[in-house]
Amino acid sequence: MREERIRDPKMECMSRDEAAALQSEKLVRVVERVYKDSPFYARKFREIGLEPGDIKGIEDISKIPFTTKEELRENYPFGLLAVPKSQVARLQGTSGTTGKLTIASYTQSDVNMWGECVARCMTMGGLSESDIIHVCYGYGLFTGGMGIDFGARALGAMVIPMSAGNTKRQIMCMEDLGATAIACTPSYAMHLAESIRDAGKVDDMKLRVGIHGAEPWTVEMRHQIEDILGIECYDIYGLCEVMGPGVAMDCQYHKGLHIQHDHFIPEILDPATMESAGEGNIGELVFTTLDKEAMPLLRYRTKDLTDITYETCECGRTQPRISKFKGRTDDMKVIRGVNVFPTQVETTLLAMGEGILPHYQMIVDRKDNMDVLTVMVEVEDRFFSDEIRLMDDLKARIGGALKQALGIAVKVKLVEPKTIERSEGKAKRVIDNRNLV
Amino acid sequence: MLIKQLSVFLENRQGSLCEALEILGRHDIDLIALSLADTTEYGILRMIVSDPVEGQKVLREQGLTASLTDVIAIRVAHATGSLSKVMRKLADEVNVEYMYAFANGEDASAVMKISDPVKAKEILDQNNIKVWTAEEAYHLNQMK
Repeated sequence: MREERIRDPKMECMSRDEAAALQSEKLVRVVERVYKDSPFYARKFREIGLEPGDIKGIEDISKIPFTTKEELRENYPFGLLAVPKSQVARLQGTSGTTGKLTIASYTQSDVNMWGECVARCMTMGGLSESDIIHVCYGYGLFTGGMGIDFGARALGAMVIPMSAGNTKRQIMCMEDLGATAIACTPSYAMHLAESIRDAGKVDDMKLRVGIHGAEPWTVEMRHQIEDILGIECYDIYGLCEVMGPGVAMDCQYHKGLHIQHDHFIPEILDPATMESAGEGNIGELVFTTLDKEAMPLLRYRTKDLTDITYETCECGRTQPRISKFKGRTDDMKVIRGVNVFPTQVETTLLAMGEGILPHYQMIVDRKDNMDVLTVMVEVEDRFFSDEIRLMDDLKARIGGALKQALGIAVKVKLVEPKTIERSEGKAKRVIDNRNLV
Repeated sequence: MLIKQLSVFLENRQGSLCEALEILGRHDIDLIALSLADTTEYGILRMIVSDPVEGQKVLREQGLTASLTDVIAIRVAHATGSLSKVMRKLADEVNVEYMYAFANGEDASAVMKISDPVKAKEILDQNNIKVWTAEEAYHLNQMK
């Protein structure tokens, strides 16, 4: 293990009592402020007869109503602002499936806080001002590119703002400019790693660290990227409504993602009851922002499913840690009444030990009123056999393992390598052809 | 005695066979023999070609899955029952995974993937059954 450096030990390593006291103090303040400055929250509070004075500390958090993505859409674009528009320094956003964007506003102080959070994460990943960080997250409204950029600036590192796309050029710049770290989505990292390997350029790179997030990925996938490139990869998390990447990241022990608890209160709630799921149990992650000025959010429902631990990490940080995501409540497909997550398929494919790269796609169809799940898997050289018998065996083994993991029968289809589209942004892992609306 | 067969994974979709063959053609790789095993979803193209190693390389460069497999190509006379006699000798000792045949001039050839090629070679030698060497096999189309 390398020597652990912690950018802000006071905040990252405070005791649980200190954290609770700090969070309570900040929660009371933010509640007062939104009641006064945000017509949206003032209305929500009044609807349930909640007075700011009712919130005396984090123990009262469950009295606060939830905020949902739908509300953000309904109040698009500036309905949740808690500062005059003139104080908004920048906007970021995500494209929604329904066409409208989800817009997040930031004051300059919010941007600074964001950069500081990402810089803490980068330090956690072993980066310092002497690193050269190659960012191939998209720049623009998407928080990936700008967020990493703000963090690298706060850290004092050199940033190469490549943005997404054009893999050949990415590799050329990485090699020529001597990048020591890359930041991009895990699926693009995989694509890059394979391309660098295929071009025989692994040894020409100075890369040591990868920072990846914005889509779910598995430990196996992390190991594969690490093995191909000889680097260490970290899982960074965030969402634009709450801030962007940097809300949480894992450390070199990879035992969960550390949440910046001085800025955000996480809760894990049982999706059925919306009450605390309890430490270690899976539920929906809900965030309350404590310091954001432009767009504070109270109990924002992320729709991400995970569990949480409050134990101090081996790295010395006391921040609560969330596990790798188990999926999203809205990525989840209900197939023949069973909840299915793409990550389950990925984990299964990799765990089979066939060296199958996670290039797969799930296709859900409805035939004669029956849901049919087909998983397309690319046939790679190392497990191709020229005997039909062995190929059919492979198919049967994949089908069997998936059935065991998912609890439903799965049709496996073997396809040629590179037939499944490689995304340079987020991977399209599920195609749902059922017309259920 | 063992010959390298070039095997390619093909999806069942229009044009996939063509693509593989065109890649080989563009790189001046000749086909000596060919067989296509098919299932409802995919096929496996098995070929004896003039340069199997190069063939595998160029197919892989184009993103296809291709492997090299050791096979035996036996020579049998153009005479009724000649193949069955050879197979009888092999049948008690080894299994044939798959097989395809082609005729060229003075005799016919059968390409076989055998469970135990070393054992097969022994049996073939003992019984004086002729096989093609790799060098011969890759250039059978140019032989008189």
